[in-house]
Amino acid sequence: MNSVFQIIGPVMVGPSSSHTAGAVLLGLAARSILGGQPVAARILLHGSFAQTYRGHGTDIALVAGLLGMAPDDERIPDSMRWAKELGLDASIESADLGDVHPNTVRMELTGADGRRLDITGSSIGGGNIVITRIGKFDVQFKGENHALVVSYKDQPGVIANITSILAGEHVNIATMNVSREAKHGTALAIIELDQPVSSEATALVAQVNGVSTVMSLPPLAVS
Amino acid sequence: MRSISLQELAELASARGVTIGALALEWECQEAGEPAEALRGKMGERLRVMREAVARGLQGVKSRSGLTGGDAKLVAKGLAANASARLVGGEPLTTAISYALAVSEVNASMGRIVAAPTGGSCGILPGVLLSVGERVGATDESLIDALFTAGAAGSVIARRATVSGAAGGCQAECGSAAAMAAAAAVQLGGGTPQQCVQAVALSLKGLMGLVCDPVAGLVEVPCIKRNATSAGVALAAATMALAGVRSVVPPDEVVDAMGAVGRELPASLKETAVGGLAATPTGKRIAGQV
Repeated sequence: MNSVFQIIGPVMVGPSSSHTAGAVLLGLAARSILGGQPVAARILLHGSFAQTYRGHGTDIALVAGLLGMAPDDERIPDSMRWAKELGLDASIESADLGDVHPNTVRMELTGADGRRLDITGSSIGGGNIVITRIGKFDVQFKGENHALVVSYKDQPGVIANITSILAGEHVNIATMNVSREAKHGTALAIIELDQPVSSEATALVAQVNGVSTVMSLPPLAVS
Repeated sequence: MRSISLQELAELASARGVTIGALALEWECQEAGEPAEALRGKMGERLRVMREAVARGLQGVKSRSGLTGGDAKLVAKGLAANASARLVGGEPLTTAISYALAVSEVNASMGRIVAAPTGGSCGILPGVLLSVGERVGATDESLIDALFTAGAAGSVIARRATVSGAAGGCQAECGSAAAMAAAAAVQLGGGTPQQCVQAVALSLKGLMGLVCDPVAGLVEVPCIKRNATSAGVALAAATMALAGVRSVVPPDEVVDAMGAVGRELPASLKETAVGGLAATPTGKRIAGQV
Protein backbone atom coordinates (compact mmCIF):
# COMPACT_ATOMS: atom_id res chain seq x y z
CA MET A 1 0.00 0.00 0.00
CA ASN A 2 2.69 2.50 -0.96
CA SER A 3 0.55 4.59 -3.24
CA VAL A 4 -2.52 6.64 -2.28
CA PHE A 5 -4.02 5.27 -5.51
CA GLN A 6 -4.05 1.82 -3.90
CA ILE A 7 -6.16 3.29 -1.08
CA ILE A 8 -8.41 5.47 -3.27
CA GLY A 9 -8.69 2.78 -5.91
CA PRO A 10 -8.68 0.70 -7.95
CA VAL A 11 -11.57 1.76 -10.13
CA MET A 12 -13.45 -1.51 -10.42
CA VAL A 13 -16.71 -3.23 -11.11
CA GLY A 14 -18.09 -4.47 -7.78
CA PRO A 15 -18.85 -5.98 -5.46
CA SER A 16 -15.60 -7.33 -4.03
CA SER A 17 -11.99 -6.32 -4.56
CA SER A 18 -10.86 -9.89 -3.80
CA HIS A 19 -13.69 -11.95 -5.30
CA THR A 20 -14.47 -9.76 -8.32
CA ALA A 21 -11.61 -7.38 -9.23
CA GLY A 22 -8.97 -9.94 -8.17
CA ALA A 23 -10.76 -12.62 -10.19
CA VAL A 24 -10.69 -10.42 -13.32
CA LEU A 25 -6.94 -9.98 -12.82
CA LEU A 26 -6.43 -13.74 -12.42
CA GLY A 27 -8.24 -14.25 -15.74
CA LEU A 28 -6.17 -11.51 -17.38
CA ALA A 29 -2.94 -13.00 -16.04
CA ALA A 30 -3.85 -16.45 -17.36
CA ARG A 31 -4.74 -14.97 -20.73
CA SER A 32 -1.44 -13.18 -21.11
CA ILE A 33 0.57 -16.20 -19.92
CA LEU A 34 -1.25 -18.36 -22.49
CA GLY A 35 -0.42 -15.68 -25.05
CA GLY A 36 -3.95 -14.80 -26.14
CA GLN A 37 -7.59 -15.56 -25.63
CA PRO A 38 -8.31 -19.24 -24.93
CA VAL A 39 -10.99 -21.02 -26.96
CA ALA A 40 -11.87 -23.27 -24.01
CA ALA A 41 -11.53 -22.84 -20.24
CA ARG A 42 -12.42 -25.31 -17.52
CA ILE A 43 -12.51 -23.16 -14.37
CA LEU A 44 -12.12 -24.94 -11.03
CA LEU A 45 -13.01 -22.83 -7.98
CA HIS A 46 -11.65 -23.67 -4.53
CA GLY A 47 -12.58 -22.66 -0.98
CA SER A 48 -14.25 -19.28 -0.53
CA PHE A 49 -14.25 -18.84 -4.32
CA ALA A 50 -16.31 -22.06 -4.60
CA GLN A 51 -18.66 -21.12 -1.77
CA THR A 52 -19.48 -17.53 -2.69
CA TYR A 53 -18.78 -17.16 -6.41
CA ARG A 54 -22.38 -16.64 -7.50
CA GLY A 55 -23.08 -13.64 -5.28
CA HIS A 56 -19.70 -12.04 -6.03
CA GLY A 57 -19.71 -12.78 -9.74
CA THR A 58 -16.33 -14.50 -9.36
CA ASP A 59 -17.15 -16.86 -12.26
CA ILE A 60 -18.10 -14.12 -14.69
CA ALA A 61 -15.18 -11.99 -13.50
CA LEU A 62 -12.70 -14.78 -14.33
CA VAL A 63 -14.27 -15.22 -17.77
CA ALA A 64 -14.15 -11.44 -18.30
CA GLY A 65 -10.42 -11.48 -17.55
CA LEU A 66 -9.85 -14.37 -19.95
CA LEU A 67 -11.62 -12.25 -22.59
CA GLY A 68 -9.18 -9.39 -21.93
CA MET A 69 -11.49 -7.09 -19.96
CA ALA A 70 -9.97 -4.87 -17.25
CA PRO A 71 -11.44 -4.84 -13.70
CA ASP A 72 -13.36 -1.62 -14.43
CA ASP A 73 -14.91 -2.84 -17.70
CA GLU A 74 -18.68 -2.41 -17.53
CA ARG A 75 -19.18 -5.42 -19.83
CA ILE A 76 -18.09 -7.71 -16.96
CA PRO A 77 -21.67 -8.53 -15.81
CA ASP A 78 -22.39 -9.72 -19.38
CA SER A 79 -19.13 -11.63 -19.84
CA MET A 80 -20.81 -15.01 -20.35
CA ARG A 81 -22.65 -13.60 -23.37
CA TRP A 82 -19.44 -12.00 -24.62
CA ALA A 83 -17.68 -15.37 -24.23
CA LYS A 84 -20.13 -16.93 -26.68
CA GLU A 85 -19.66 -14.03 -29.07
CA LEU A 86 -15.84 -14.09 -28.84
CA GLY A 87 -15.55 -17.88 -29.09
CA LEU A 88 -14.64 -18.90 -25.55
CA ASP A 89 -16.27 -22.07 -24.25
CA ALA A 90 -16.09 -21.70 -20.45
CA SER A 91 -17.28 -24.11 -17.76
CA ILE A 92 -17.36 -23.49 -14.00
CA GLU A 93 -16.90 -26.18 -11.34
CA SER A 94 -16.18 -26.34 -7.62
CA ALA A 95 -13.12 -28.36 -6.62
CA ASP A 96 -10.83 -29.11 -3.70
CA LEU A 97 -7.40 -27.90 -4.84
CA GLY A 98 -5.72 -28.96 -1.58
CA ASP A 99 -3.79 -26.86 0.90
CA VAL A 100 -3.98 -23.54 -0.92
CA HIS A 101 -5.27 -20.00 -0.26
CA PRO A 102 -9.09 -19.91 0.21
CA ASN A 103 -9.51 -17.76 -2.89
CA THR A 104 -7.85 -20.04 -5.42
CA VAL A 105 -8.76 -20.99 -8.97
CA ARG A 106 -7.30 -23.42 -11.50
CA MET A 107 -7.92 -22.54 -15.11
CA GLU A 108 -7.43 -25.39 -17.59
CA LEU A 109 -7.03 -23.50 -20.83
CA THR A 110 -6.91 -24.42 -24.49
CA GLY A 111 -5.40 -21.82 -26.82
CA ALA A 112 -6.50 -21.01 -30.35
CA ASP A 113 -3.57 -23.11 -31.62
CA GLY A 114 -4.74 -26.12 -29.58
CA ARG A 115 -2.04 -25.66 -26.90
CA ARG A 116 -3.21 -26.70 -23.43
CA LEU A 117 -2.02 -24.94 -20.28
CA ASP A 118 -3.19 -25.18 -16.67
CA ILE A 119 -2.75 -22.01 -14.61
CA THR A 120 -3.46 -21.72 -10.87
CA GLY A 121 -3.65 -18.49 -8.92
CA SER A 122 -5.06 -16.88 -5.79
CA SER A 123 -6.69 -13.56 -4.99
CA ILE A 124 -4.92 -12.48 -1.82
CA GLY A 125 -6.91 -9.34 -0.88
CA GLY A 126 -7.58 -5.81 -2.03
CA GLY A 127 -7.42 -6.83 -5.68
CA ASN A 128 -3.91 -8.26 -5.36
CA ILE A 129 -3.23 -11.64 -6.93
CA VAL A 130 -0.52 -14.26 -7.18
CA ILE A 131 -0.12 -16.91 -9.87
CA THR A 132 1.13 -20.04 -8.08
CA ARG A 133 1.37 -22.64 -10.83
CA ILE A 134 1.91 -22.53 -14.58
CA GLY A 135 1.70 -25.94 -16.24
CA LYS A 136 3.97 -28.23 -14.27
CA PHE A 137 5.82 -25.42 -12.51
CA ASP A 138 5.27 -23.90 -9.07
CA VAL A 139 5.79 -20.15 -9.32
CA GLN A 140 5.18 -16.94 -7.36
CA PHE A 141 4.10 -14.32 -9.84
CA LYS A 142 2.15 -11.25 -8.78
CA GLY A 143 2.04 -9.41 -12.08
CA GLU A 144 3.19 -6.14 -10.52
CA ASN A 145 5.97 -5.53 -13.04
CA HIS A 146 6.70 -6.13 -16.68
CA ALA A 147 7.72 -9.76 -17.02
CA LEU A 148 9.15 -12.34 -19.38
CA VAL A 149 7.90 -15.91 -19.00
CA VAL A 150 10.40 -18.21 -20.72
CA SER A 151 10.21 -21.99 -21.03
CA TYR A 152 13.44 -23.72 -22.04
CA LYS A 153 15.53 -26.86 -21.76
CA ASP A 154 17.47 -26.97 -18.46
CA GLN A 155 21.08 -26.60 -19.61
CA PRO A 156 24.02 -24.30 -18.80
CA GLY A 157 24.05 -20.79 -20.26
CA VAL A 158 20.41 -20.25 -21.14
CA ILE A 159 19.74 -17.79 -18.30
CA ALA A 160 23.10 -16.06 -18.91
CA ASN A 161 22.21 -15.54 -22.57
CA ILE A 162 18.77 -14.17 -21.70
CA THR A 163 20.06 -11.79 -19.03
CA SER A 164 22.79 -10.47 -21.32
CA ILE A 165 20.15 -9.61 -23.94
CA LEU A 166 18.23 -7.73 -21.23
CA ALA A 167 21.40 -5.98 -20.09
CA GLY A 168 22.04 -4.89 -23.69
CA GLU A 169 18.56 -3.32 -23.70
CA HIS A 170 19.27 -1.53 -20.38
CA VAL A 171 16.36 -3.42 -18.85
CA ASN A 172 16.75 -4.00 -15.12
CA ILE A 173 15.70 -7.32 -13.56
CA ALA A 174 13.51 -6.84 -10.46
CA THR A 175 13.07 -10.51 -9.51
CA MET A 176 13.75 -13.85 -11.16
CA ASN A 177 12.03 -17.14 -10.41
CA VAL A 178 13.49 -20.27 -12.04
CA SER A 179 12.11 -23.79 -11.68
CA ARG A 180 12.51 -27.03 -13.57
CA GLU A 181 10.64 -30.26 -14.06
CA ALA A 182 13.83 -32.33 -13.68
CA LYS A 183 17.58 -32.02 -14.25
CA HIS A 184 18.05 -31.40 -18.00
CA GLY A 185 14.25 -31.37 -18.32
CA THR A 186 11.92 -28.50 -19.16
CA ALA A 187 12.44 -25.36 -17.09
CA LEU A 188 10.50 -22.14 -16.61
CA ALA A 189 11.88 -18.71 -15.78
CA ILE A 190 9.70 -15.79 -14.71
CA ILE A 191 11.79 -12.65 -14.98
CA GLU A 192 10.15 -9.53 -13.55
CA LEU A 193 11.52 -6.30 -14.97
CA ASP A 194 11.55 -2.59 -14.14
CA GLN A 195 11.18 -1.64 -17.81
CA PRO A 196 9.28 -3.19 -20.71
CA VAL A 197 11.20 -5.37 -23.18
CA SER A 198 11.12 -4.38 -26.85
CA SER A 199 9.63 -6.86 -29.31
CA GLU A 200 13.08 -7.11 -30.94
CA ALA A 201 14.67 -8.19 -27.66
CA THR A 202 11.83 -10.64 -27.01
CA ALA A 203 12.51 -12.15 -30.44
CA LEU A 204 16.24 -12.42 -29.58
CA VAL A 205 15.36 -14.26 -26.35
CA ALA A 206 13.22 -16.67 -28.38
CA GLN A 207 16.29 -17.47 -30.53
CA VAL A 208 18.50 -18.38 -27.56
CA ASN A 209 19.66 -21.98 -27.83
CA GLY A 210 17.36 -24.16 -25.68
CA VAL A 211 14.47 -21.67 -25.39
CA SER A 212 11.11 -22.99 -26.56
CA THR A 213 8.58 -20.26 -25.75
CA VAL A 214 8.76 -16.62 -24.62
CA MET A 215 5.87 -14.52 -23.39
CA SER A 216 6.26 -10.80 -22.65
CA LEU A 217 3.68 -9.65 -20.09
CA PRO A 218 2.65 -6.13 -19.12
CA PRO A 219 2.11 -5.29 -15.43
CA LEU A 220 -1.30 -6.55 -14.30
CA ALA A 221 -1.87 -4.84 -10.99
CA VAL A 222 -4.18 -1.88 -11.43
CA SER A 223 -4.13 1.05 -9.12
CA MET B 1 3.30 7.49 0.50
CA ARG B 2 6.12 7.68 2.98
CA SER B 3 6.20 5.66 6.16
CA ILE B 4 5.03 8.37 8.52
CA SER B 5 2.66 8.79 11.48
CA LEU B 6 -0.56 10.82 11.45
CA GLN B 7 0.96 13.20 13.98
CA GLU B 8 4.06 13.73 11.81
CA LEU B 9 1.84 14.27 8.75
CA ALA B 10 -0.16 16.95 10.56
CA GLU B 11 2.94 18.67 11.96
CA LEU B 12 4.79 18.64 8.64
CA ALA B 13 1.79 19.98 6.74
CA SER B 14 1.22 22.74 9.34
CA ALA B 15 4.89 23.72 9.38
CA ARG B 16 4.91 24.06 5.61
CA GLY B 17 1.51 25.73 5.46
CA VAL B 18 0.06 23.13 3.08
CA THR B 19 -2.65 20.47 3.28
CA ILE B 20 -1.90 16.83 4.09
CA GLY B 21 -3.13 16.09 0.56
CA ALA B 22 -0.51 18.42 -0.94
CA LEU B 23 2.25 16.53 0.91
CA ALA B 24 0.85 13.17 -0.24
CA LEU B 25 0.72 14.38 -3.84
CA GLU B 26 4.31 15.66 -3.67
CA TRP B 27 5.57 12.26 -2.42
CA GLU B 28 3.44 10.37 -4.92
CA CYS B 29 5.04 12.41 -7.71
CA GLN B 30 8.52 11.55 -6.44
CA GLU B 31 7.76 7.83 -6.16
CA ALA B 32 5.84 7.47 -9.42
CA GLY B 33 8.15 9.84 -11.32
CA GLU B 34 5.12 11.61 -12.75
CA PRO B 35 4.18 15.31 -12.78
CA ALA B 36 1.62 16.59 -10.26
CA GLU B 37 -0.79 17.50 -13.05
CA ALA B 38 -0.94 13.88 -14.28
CA LEU B 39 -1.62 12.54 -10.79
CA ARG B 40 -4.25 15.20 -10.11
CA GLY B 41 -5.86 14.12 -13.37
CA LYS B 42 -5.76 10.48 -12.27
CA MET B 43 -7.48 11.40 -9.00
CA GLY B 44 -9.94 13.58 -10.93
CA GLU B 45 -10.90 10.52 -12.94
CA ARG B 46 -11.67 8.72 -9.68
CA LEU B 47 -13.78 11.68 -8.57
CA ARG B 48 -15.73 11.37 -11.83
CA VAL B 49 -16.34 7.62 -11.25
CA MET B 50 -17.59 8.42 -7.73
CA ARG B 51 -20.05 11.00 -9.07
CA GLU B 52 -21.31 8.62 -11.74
CA ALA B 53 -21.88 5.89 -9.16
CA VAL B 54 -23.87 8.28 -6.95
CA ALA B 55 -26.06 9.35 -9.89
CA ARG B 56 -26.64 5.77 -10.97
CA GLY B 57 -27.44 4.53 -7.47
CA LEU B 58 -29.92 7.33 -6.80
CA GLN B 59 -31.93 6.15 -9.80
CA GLY B 60 -32.33 2.78 -8.09
CA VAL B 61 -30.34 -0.40 -8.82
CA LYS B 62 -30.82 -4.04 -7.78
CA SER B 63 -28.06 -6.40 -6.63
CA ARG B 64 -27.30 -9.58 -8.56
CA SER B 65 -28.66 -11.71 -5.74
CA GLY B 66 -31.83 -9.60 -5.59
CA LEU B 67 -31.32 -9.15 -1.84
CA THR B 68 -30.68 -5.41 -1.85
CA GLY B 69 -31.08 -2.18 -3.80
CA GLY B 70 -33.41 0.79 -4.04
CA ASP B 71 -32.72 2.22 -0.59
CA ALA B 72 -30.68 5.18 -1.86
CA LYS B 73 -33.63 6.12 -4.05
CA LEU B 74 -35.96 5.80 -1.08
CA VAL B 75 -33.87 8.15 1.07
CA ALA B 76 -33.42 10.62 -1.80
CA LYS B 77 -37.17 10.61 -2.39
CA GLY B 78 -37.77 11.50 1.25
CA LEU B 79 -35.31 14.37 0.88
CA ALA B 80 -36.89 15.66 -2.33
CA ALA B 81 -40.37 15.55 -0.81
CA ASN B 82 -38.93 17.59 2.05
CA ALA B 83 -40.60 15.27 4.51
CA SER B 84 -38.95 17.22 7.31
CA ALA B 85 -40.54 15.22 10.10
CA ARG B 86 -38.80 12.12 8.81
CA LEU B 87 -35.45 13.83 8.20
CA VAL B 88 -34.48 13.96 11.84
CA GLY B 89 -30.82 14.13 10.83
CA GLY B 90 -31.37 17.18 8.64
CA GLU B 91 -30.43 17.73 5.01
CA PRO B 92 -26.63 17.29 5.21
CA LEU B 93 -26.77 13.91 6.95
CA THR B 94 -29.63 12.70 4.76
CA THR B 95 -27.75 13.61 1.58
CA ALA B 96 -24.58 11.87 2.77
CA ILE B 97 -26.60 8.77 3.65
CA SER B 98 -28.35 8.67 0.27
CA TYR B 99 -25.02 9.05 -1.59
CA ALA B 100 -23.28 6.39 0.51
CA LEU B 101 -26.16 3.96 -0.07
CA ALA B 102 -26.16 4.79 -3.78
CA VAL B 103 -22.49 3.95 -4.33
CA SER B 104 -22.70 0.79 -2.19
CA GLU B 105 -25.78 -0.38 -4.07
CA VAL B 106 -24.05 0.21 -7.40
CA ASN B 107 -21.15 -1.90 -6.09
CA ALA B 108 -23.51 -4.76 -5.19
CA SER B 109 -25.10 -4.55 -8.64
CA MET B 110 -21.69 -5.09 -10.29
CA GLY B 111 -21.49 -1.46 -11.33
CA ARG B 112 -18.35 0.67 -11.55
CA ILE B 113 -17.01 2.15 -8.29
CA VAL B 114 -13.75 3.29 -6.71
CA ALA B 115 -12.54 1.00 -3.91
CA ALA B 116 -12.05 3.39 -0.97
CA PRO B 117 -10.28 1.66 0.62
CA THR B 118 -12.21 -1.52 -0.38
CA GLY B 119 -15.23 -2.49 -2.46
CA GLY B 120 -17.29 -3.26 0.63
CA SER B 121 -16.68 0.22 2.07
CA CYS B 122 -16.76 2.16 -1.20
CA GLY B 123 -19.80 4.35 -0.39
CA ILE B 124 -18.54 6.21 2.67
CA LEU B 125 -15.87 8.49 1.16
CA PRO B 126 -17.93 9.60 -1.87
CA GLY B 127 -21.03 9.94 0.34
CA VAL B 128 -19.30 12.35 2.70
CA LEU B 129 -16.96 14.07 0.23
CA LEU B 130 -19.57 14.86 -2.41
CA SER B 131 -22.35 15.91 -0.02
CA VAL B 132 -20.06 18.16 2.02
CA GLY B 133 -18.45 19.42 -1.20
CA GLU B 134 -21.82 20.48 -2.60
CA ARG B 135 -22.76 22.24 0.60
CA VAL B 136 -19.57 24.28 0.90
CA GLY B 137 -19.36 24.88 -2.85
CA ALA B 138 -16.02 23.10 -3.24
CA THR B 139 -14.24 23.20 -6.59
CA ASP B 140 -13.08 19.96 -8.23
CA GLU B 141 -9.54 21.04 -7.42
CA SER B 142 -10.27 21.17 -3.69
CA LEU B 143 -12.21 17.88 -3.84
CA ILE B 144 -9.17 16.26 -5.48
CA ASP B 145 -6.90 17.69 -2.79
CA ALA B 146 -9.29 16.33 -0.13
CA LEU B 147 -9.10 12.90 -1.81
CA PHE B 148 -5.29 12.99 -1.51
CA THR B 149 -5.70 13.84 2.19
CA ALA B 150 -8.12 10.93 2.60
CA GLY B 151 -5.69 8.66 0.74
CA ALA B 152 -2.81 9.74 2.99
CA ALA B 153 -4.86 8.95 6.11
CA GLY B 154 -5.86 5.55 4.69
CA SER B 155 -2.27 4.83 3.77
CA VAL B 156 -1.08 5.40 7.35
CA ILE B 157 -3.90 3.15 8.64
CA ALA B 158 -3.04 0.41 6.12
CA ARG B 159 0.60 0.49 7.17
CA ARG B 160 0.09 0.66 10.95
CA ALA B 161 -3.02 -1.56 11.13
CA THR B 162 -5.03 -2.97 8.21
CA VAL B 163 -7.84 -2.00 5.86
CA SER B 164 -8.90 -5.59 5.17
CA GLY B 165 -12.11 -7.00 6.64
CA ALA B 166 -10.68 -10.52 6.55
CA ALA B 167 -7.70 -9.36 8.62
CA GLY B 168 -9.33 -6.80 10.95
CA GLY B 169 -13.14 -6.92 10.69
CA CYS B 170 -15.45 -4.17 9.45
CA GLN B 171 -13.76 -1.60 11.70
CA ALA B 172 -10.78 -1.95 9.34
CA GLU B 173 -12.90 -1.39 6.22
CA CYS B 174 -15.82 0.89 7.13
CA GLY B 175 -13.87 2.31 10.09
CA SER B 176 -10.93 3.26 7.89
CA ALA B 177 -13.24 4.60 5.18
CA ALA B 178 -15.04 6.79 7.75
CA ALA B 179 -11.68 8.03 9.06
CA MET B 180 -10.58 8.93 5.54
CA ALA B 181 -13.93 10.60 4.78
CA ALA B 182 -13.82 12.59 8.04
CA ALA B 183 -10.33 13.89 7.25
CA ALA B 184 -11.54 14.97 3.81
CA ALA B 185 -14.64 16.64 5.28
CA VAL B 186 -12.59 18.58 7.84
CA GLN B 187 -10.34 19.87 5.08
CA LEU B 188 -13.35 20.90 2.94
CA GLY B 189 -14.78 22.62 6.00
CA GLY B 190 -11.64 24.73 6.33
CA GLY B 191 -10.05 22.77 9.18
CA THR B 192 -6.35 22.44 9.94
CA PRO B 193 -4.18 19.37 9.27
CA GLN B 194 -4.23 18.69 13.03
CA GLN B 195 -8.05 18.74 12.96
CA CYS B 196 -7.97 16.31 10.02
CA VAL B 197 -6.02 13.71 12.00
CA GLN B 198 -8.21 14.31 15.06
CA ALA B 199 -11.21 13.46 12.86
CA VAL B 200 -9.42 10.23 11.83
CA ALA B 201 -9.06 9.30 15.51
CA LEU B 202 -12.65 10.20 16.40
CA SER B 203 -14.06 8.14 13.50
CA LEU B 204 -11.97 5.07 14.26
CA LYS B 205 -12.95 5.28 17.93
CA GLY B 206 -16.63 5.45 16.95
CA LEU B 207 -16.43 2.28 14.88
CA MET B 208 -13.80 0.34 16.84
CA GLY B 209 -14.66 -3.32 17.26
CA LEU B 210 -17.17 -3.41 14.42
CA VAL B 211 -17.28 -6.98 13.10
CA CYS B 212 -17.40 -8.22 9.50
CA ASP B 213 -20.34 -10.65 9.33
CA PRO B 214 -21.69 -10.66 5.76
CA VAL B 215 -24.88 -12.66 5.31
CA ALA B 216 -24.23 -15.47 2.83
CA GLY B 217 -20.73 -14.02 2.34
CA LEU B 218 -22.12 -11.32 0.05
CA VAL B 219 -21.06 -7.66 0.08
CA GLU B 220 -24.67 -6.64 0.75
CA VAL B 221 -26.12 -7.34 4.20
CA PRO B 222 -25.16 -5.51 6.37
CA CYS B 223 -22.41 -3.86 4.30
CA ILE B 224 -24.56 -1.44 2.30
CA LYS B 225 -26.34 0.07 5.30
CA ARG B 226 -23.10 0.11 7.29
CA ASN B 227 -21.72 2.40 4.61
CA ALA B 228 -24.57 4.80 5.39
CA THR B 229 -24.18 4.64 9.17
CA SER B 230 -20.40 4.96 8.86
CA ALA B 231 -20.88 8.11 6.75
CA GLY B 232 -22.88 9.44 9.72
CA VAL B 233 -20.02 8.62 12.10
CA ALA B 234 -17.60 10.41 9.75
CA LEU B 235 -19.78 13.54 9.74
CA ALA B 236 -20.06 13.46 13.54
CA ALA B 237 -16.28 13.10 13.87
CA ALA B 238 -15.61 15.89 11.36
CA THR B 239 -18.09 18.18 13.13
CA MET B 240 -16.38 17.60 16.47
CA ALA B 241 -12.88 18.05 15.03
CA LEU B 242 -13.85 21.29 13.26
CA ALA B 243 -15.24 22.62 16.55
CA GLY B 244 -11.86 21.97 18.16
CA VAL B 245 -12.69 18.72 20.00
CA ARG B 246 -9.60 16.54 20.44
CA SER B 247 -9.31 12.81 20.98
CA VAL B 248 -7.84 12.07 24.43
CA VAL B 249 -5.98 9.09 22.94
CA PRO B 250 -3.72 10.47 20.16
CA PRO B 251 -4.61 9.49 16.55
CA ASP B 252 -1.69 7.10 15.97
CA GLU B 253 -2.41 5.24 19.20
CA VAL B 254 -6.05 4.90 18.11
CA VAL B 255 -4.94 3.40 14.77
CA ASP B 256 -2.65 0.95 16.58
CA ALA B 257 -5.50 -0.01 18.94
CA MET B 258 -7.79 -0.67 15.97
CA GLY B 259 -5.11 -2.97 14.52
CA ALA B 260 -4.76 -4.79 17.84
CA VAL B 261 -8.54 -5.22 18.20
CA GLY B 262 -8.62 -6.59 14.66
CA ARG B 263 -6.01 -9.22 15.50
CA GLU B 264 -7.96 -10.21 18.64
CA LEU B 265 -11.31 -10.54 16.86
CA PRO B 266 -12.14 -14.22 16.30
CA ALA B 267 -12.08 -15.56 12.74
CA SER B 268 -15.87 -16.04 12.88
CA LEU B 269 -16.23 -12.23 12.85
CA LYS B 270 -13.73 -11.49 10.08
CA GLU B 271 -15.43 -11.95 6.70
CA THR B 272 -16.01 -15.70 7.05
CA ALA B 273 -19.83 -15.38 7.11
CA VAL B 274 -19.90 -17.66 10.18
CA GLY B 275 -20.76 -15.30 13.08
CA GLY B 276 -22.77 -12.17 13.83
CA LEU B 277 -25.64 -11.37 11.46
CA ALA B 278 -24.58 -14.22 9.16
CA ALA B 279 -25.34 -16.66 12.01
CA THR B 280 -28.88 -15.41 12.68
CA PRO B 281 -31.84 -17.58 11.57
CA THR B 282 -32.56 -15.10 8.79
CA GLY B 283 -28.90 -14.92 7.79
CA LYS B 284 -28.73 -18.69 7.54
CA ARG B 285 -31.99 -18.90 5.61
CA ILE B 286 -30.69 -16.37 3.06
CA ALA B 287 -27.41 -18.25 2.80
CA GLY B 288 -29.35 -21.41 1.96
CA GLN B 289 -31.18 -19.60 -0.82
CA VAL B 290 -28.33 -17.90 -2.70
